[in-house]
Amino acid sequence: MTAAYDVAGVAEAGAPQKTKSGRSLWSSPVVVACLAILAIFLVIAILAPHVVGDYMTINTRQRLRPPGAEFWFGTDHLGRDIFARVMVGTRNSLIVGATIAAATTAFGVLIGLYAGYFRLGDRIIMRVMDGLMAIPGVLLAVALVSILGGGLATVVAAIAIPEIPRMARLARSVTLSLKEQAFVDATVSIGASTSKILFRHILPNAVGPLTVQATYVCASAIITESILSFLGVGTPPEIPSWGNIIALGRQYFQIAPWIIFFPGLCLSILILAINLLGDSLRDELDPRLARSSGLR
Amino acid sequence: MLKYAGLRLLSVLPVAACVVTVVFLLLHLAPGDPAALVAGDQATPERIASIRARLHLDQPLYVQFGIWLGNLVTFDLGRSVFSDQPVARLIGLRLEPTLMLALTTTVLSVLFAVPLGVLAAWKARGVVDRLAMGLSVLGFSVPVFVIGYGLIYLFSITLGWFPVQGYKPLASGVWPCLNSLILPSIALAFVFAALVARVTRAAMLEILAEDYVRTARAKGVGSARVLLLHALKNAGVPIMTVIGISFAALVGGVVVTESVFNIPGVGRLTIDAILNRDYPVVQGILLLFSALLIAVNLVVDLSYALFDPRVRY
Repeated sequence: MTAAYDVAGVAEAGAPQKTKSGRSLWSSPVVVACLAILAIFLVIAILAPHVVGDYMTINTRQRLRPPGAEFWFGTDHLGRDIFARVMVGTRNSLIVGATIAAATTAFGVLIGLYAGYFRLGDRIIMRVMDGLMAIPGVLLAVALVSILGGGLATVVAAIAIPEIPRMARLARSVTLSLKEQAFVDATVSIGASTSKILFRHILPNAVGPLTVQATYVCASAIITESILSFLGVGTPPEIPSWGNIIALGRQYFQIAPWIIFFPGLCLSILILAINLLGDSLRDELDPRLARSSGLR
Repeated sequence: MLKYAGLRLLSVLPVAACVVTVVFLLLHLAPGDPAALVAGDQATPERIASIRARLHLDQPLYVQFGIWLGNLVTFDLGRSVFSDQPVARLIGLRLEPTLMLALTTTVLSVLFAVPLGVLAAWKARGVVDRLAMGLSVLGFSVPVFVIGYGLIYLFSITLGWFPVQGYKPLASGVWPCLNSLILPSIALAFVFAALVARVTRAAMLEILAEDYVRTARAKGVGSARVLLLHALKNAGVPIMTVIGISFAALVGGVVVTESVFNIPGVGRLTIDAILNRDYPVVQGILLLFSALLIAVNLVVDLSYALFDPRVRY
């Protein structure tokens, strides 16, 4: 399956991009807009639980109210304020996305560095990674959650495990090519320790592509969490998350579409911002990929 | 060519072995007694004991693995703990809607995305290009259930053009079946088409910059001919590859789409099995989809040799 996944680099390379004119990342309006959106979500995630007031109390007298002055996003079938729940749910999505991106990167990089540098057990490790990649990620995550039992930690682990092989592959291929470069030979020849070569010399040079991949993992983790919650095997119902708000709205979709609309909108905006940021980062940090888009 | 095909076929073996082992061990990952887990919360000790004997959980792990593998070779995936039906039969009953949905989605995406990608690359930085790439980022970013409910709201509830939910089997006629699949396939095709369009564009851009394309243009070959005959044929490898890779995403999407549109396929069976803690069924479905994924990627890799005779292992 080697050939199949190597071309994934090309898959990532097709975004609209500016020619490299030496302008900094910060002067791109897209990047600024994405960062602003992420900052807003971050502020909401931190403040919402303390500011929006009651998001748990059931009050059936005000059930299924449409959006209006009193309830900006309407209410659900138990009379809870959707606006408050969506705002509080932001926290869950951000935590899940950030944790999974960090965990996947940490494990993937360790595996990839090891396999790429030492080549000892490289074939076996990569076949195991191929095997993991051959199981559809969402299905594996769903199965893991159902077997390991609910809870946020399980959800995070279940989403991270299927994501690790891709990151490990990337880290391995970057390590393989860096290892052949003169500066690594030079470091070896002056007697630097292996851990110093790996973490002080190879890893810093691999940060670009790994960061880009981490943003994509973050976006896909947030989507997968919402899918798990939507299917009823994700975040436990006592923690509001965009996915489980949508799941509860399914039955009432024909009479109360707002229950699905608003969390769906927030989810889409957040993912869009992360993906666009990832694209811009990639154009900036990974000239190898930018070149392969045909702009020479 | 034969050597390439042979070696590629052999390379399936370690991957398949890995998948089988992971799926087998899945049940043993759980803390505590797998038999109690399968039996559920209110099971009597007798029922737990009978399940333990039936799943051979009283044997050592390697014996269990051996028995399980032996059954697998004869396509015996075990029996559902919940309904006591053979797992293979349960899956077989649900296969049609899922395969139909996957098929219509793939056809729809390729028909839409490949021309779009070619156009975008031909007029790079033009209006079509920007629009196509904007749409593709949207396709990546809006989750399939959000698109699905949006489509239902717009086309079924507001306009009344399509049935709200449900599936008509092929047996009731080809058109009713396709009609019930239009909205689900559009919803699912969004992500898929986004990927295919991006890759088509990237591959075409690269190829259009090649010397032989300039040569073709220089000797006066028309634009359409250069694009379709000289360039698109060589973009075939990356396009096929992305179709293969995104099959995994398609499978995940199918599970969600079936839930949104109330389609009684394998995706719904998965969710039901998980809610019922029917692990033999879950294992069977994981194996089936992994096998499909491996097979699709195998076919894709073999098709490289068709597009590009230089491909050798």
